[in-house]
Amino acid sequence: MLVIKNLHASINGKEILKGINLTVNPGEIHAIMGPNGSGKSTLSSVITGNPFFEVTQGSIEFNGKDLLELAPEERANEGVFLSFQYPVEIPGVSMVNFMRAAINEKRKYLNEPAISASDFLRLMREKKELVEMDSKLTNRAVNEGFSGGEKKKNEIFQMAMLEPKLAILDETDSGLDIDALRIVANGVNKLKTPDNATIVITHYQRLLDYITPDFVHVLYDGNIVKSGTKELALELEARGYDWIKQEVEA
Amino acid sequence: MSDAIIHEVTQNEYKYGFTTDIETDVIPVGLNEEVVRIISAKKNEPEWMLDFRLKAYRHWTTLTMPTWAHLTIPEFDYQSISYFAAPRKNAPKSLDEVDPELLKTFNRLGIPLEEQKALSGIAVDAVMDSVSVKTTFKETLAEMGIIFCSFSEAVEHHPDLVKKYMASVVPYTDNFFAALNSAVFSDGSFVYIPKGVRCPMELSTYFRINAINTGQFERTLIVADDDSYVSYLEGCTAPQRDENQLHAAIVEIIAMKNANVKYSTVQNWYPGDKDGKGGIYNFVTKRGICKGDNSHISWTQVETGSAITWKYPSCVLQGDNSSAEFYSVAVTNHHQQADTGTKMIHLGKNTRSHILSKGISAGVSQNSYRGLVRISAKAENARNFSQCDSLLLGDKCGAHTFPYMEVNNESAIVEHEATTSKISEDQLFYCNQRGIGTEDAVGLIVNGYAKEVVDQLPMEFAVEAQKLLQITLEGSVG
Repeated sequence: MLVIKNLHASINGKEILKGINLTVNPGEIHAIMGPNGSGKSTLSSVITGNPFFEVTQGSIEFNGKDLLELAPEERANEGVFLSFQYPVEIPGVSMVNFMRAAINEKRKYLNEPAISASDFLRLMREKKELVEMDSKLTNRAVNEGFSGGEKKKNEIFQMAMLEPKLAILDETDSGLDIDALRIVANGVNKLKTPDNATIVITHYQRLLDYITPDFVHVLYDGNIVKSGTKELALELEARGYDWIKQEVEA
Repeated sequence: MSDAIIHEVTQNEYKYGFTTDIETDVIPVGLNEEVVRIISAKKNEPEWMLDFRLKAYRHWTTLTMPTWAHLTIPEFDYQSISYFAAPRKNAPKSLDEVDPELLKTFNRLGIPLEEQKALSGIAVDAVMDSVSVKTTFKETLAEMGIIFCSFSEAVEHHPDLVKKYMASVVPYTDNFFAALNSAVFSDGSFVYIPKGVRCPMELSTYFRINAINTGQFERTLIVADDDSYVSYLEGCTAPQRDENQLHAAIVEIIAMKNANVKYSTVQNWYPGDKDGKGGIYNFVTKRGICKGDNSHISWTQVETGSAITWKYPSCVLQGDNSSAEFYSVAVTNHHQQADTGTKMIHLGKNTRSHILSKGISAGVSQNSYRGLVRISAKAENARNFSQCDSLLLGDKCGAHTFPYMEVNNESAIVEHEATTSKISEDQLFYCNQRGIGTEDAVGLIVNGYAKEVVDQLPMEFAVEAQKLLQITLEGSVG
């Protein structure tokens, strides 16, 4: 589904990603872990096309398409979703309008007719229940006045609405208390199908207690330096990142 | 033989045009007393109206154009234009001759074909639908005693009302443009709502067949008698082109005891091209008076057009417990300039006013809010709340806020809040990541920003205004 080859990316001339290789197949959950500043969020930004970053080398293929050739909104409509680490507020734009615009843009992209009002409302209701989202939040403007936890939950709600093929969760666990974490993780698990894939970016193994990864990768200084199964995450939790750094530098 | 026919025809035309200026509607350029007299004569006006025009004209000659606004107004020769709505010389004959860009905008706004023709300046023979609508509409209103007609008709049929209220809110001495309008005004609307009557429908200039051609010096007078209500819509979301560069309108509103007047306008005059060439200068004086106790006036404006806008819909709160609101969205793009805002003059006790201004600047435009809140010495317990927000798109435009406050009564509470924000790259990328392209994202964000004001508009106007905001700002980001 996703094939990243020798990906190099920089910001303001400073190279952050230094040759990433990663393959994600349908049905898989990949966890990407690593210390601060290792390039985890950069990777998610580059996959989704954030114009802030410049890709200097390498390729990203998504279901046979060259993602780097596509605008951010086209990548989204191809089925790539990012749950933001810091979701922005859009004052005055209601969640209802925002979601309807997003869904209809995707339908337009796929040459499907716009969603009917009744279908849309039914979908909203269904997905709200799935992620235990309070109607008070969906009646407000996008993220406006939401708490940190509410914003993260709202990201998962949007993911549920848009049903992406590939979801990237960028530190979705940060700032969540244990109850919110469980709700968010449950939402992700319920949305899991054999046809879609998830990349979970996280500092801690905590989230991985709820979302079980098939693969764990350690990102360090712009490279994936170690890959393994979920046991690797437990080892990182127990031993920290220093031994990885020593291994790499040795 | 054929030579003779040609000769005859040309001779005839020549003779006709030469001898009867008035009948062919051509007034030579320039402004003087004679021109004022001709305008009045063309309209068959009574003596008192001519006197009013002449007084205004004489006063105008003593004035100079105001320069205090934050606007760069090119030198304008008032003697170089014609002061009577001349017939269009180069009017297109069909939609095929109209700028395709304009037609694209019409279609996106969903404007019916017949209206498109009228807006493009194509001569439209009576549009059957709107004629019949107009007739039934007029009958309903007449049964309730409501007068809704052109200003000229009002002068002819309701001279007492016109004499009593005209220039009672905006005297011809008010300012340069008001004096000019008072001298040469072409036509406009007149509304009278009798005591205790609630006007059952939105009154709109749309229903006046000559609305399109009221010309550059429009004059509107709205009188709401005791315990009455009216909602009035002016303007049009479609881009209106006009060969007259200078527009100087006057709107006066009088709200008597317990009366409630809601005035909504969408202004989308031609703003000039991307390089700032051409475009309408819109210098408007709009003012209402809450004359009676407990009266209420509400102004809502969505301003997207014109090269230069100079406009301050204001309110004099004379009656005790009267209240007024001003809701405004002003958008400037490319080289547009706007200096707009309001004045709230509190005279009565317990008077309240609320100002909500949302400026949106893009391109290399300049957008200023200018507002005055004056609490007079006798206005016990007056309240004002002003909120002025500016939204910037790009880094070459300007947003300015000039709030003035004069508080002469210690019991007053006057509050002012102002914010300036930008559409952030983060917001745009967030929308992009949800599949929404940048143009649509800007439209979405801007409409969110302007929502509180647009919500004040009547439903069908609001929907059009939303589309308009997006179209106006296209190409301003990314």
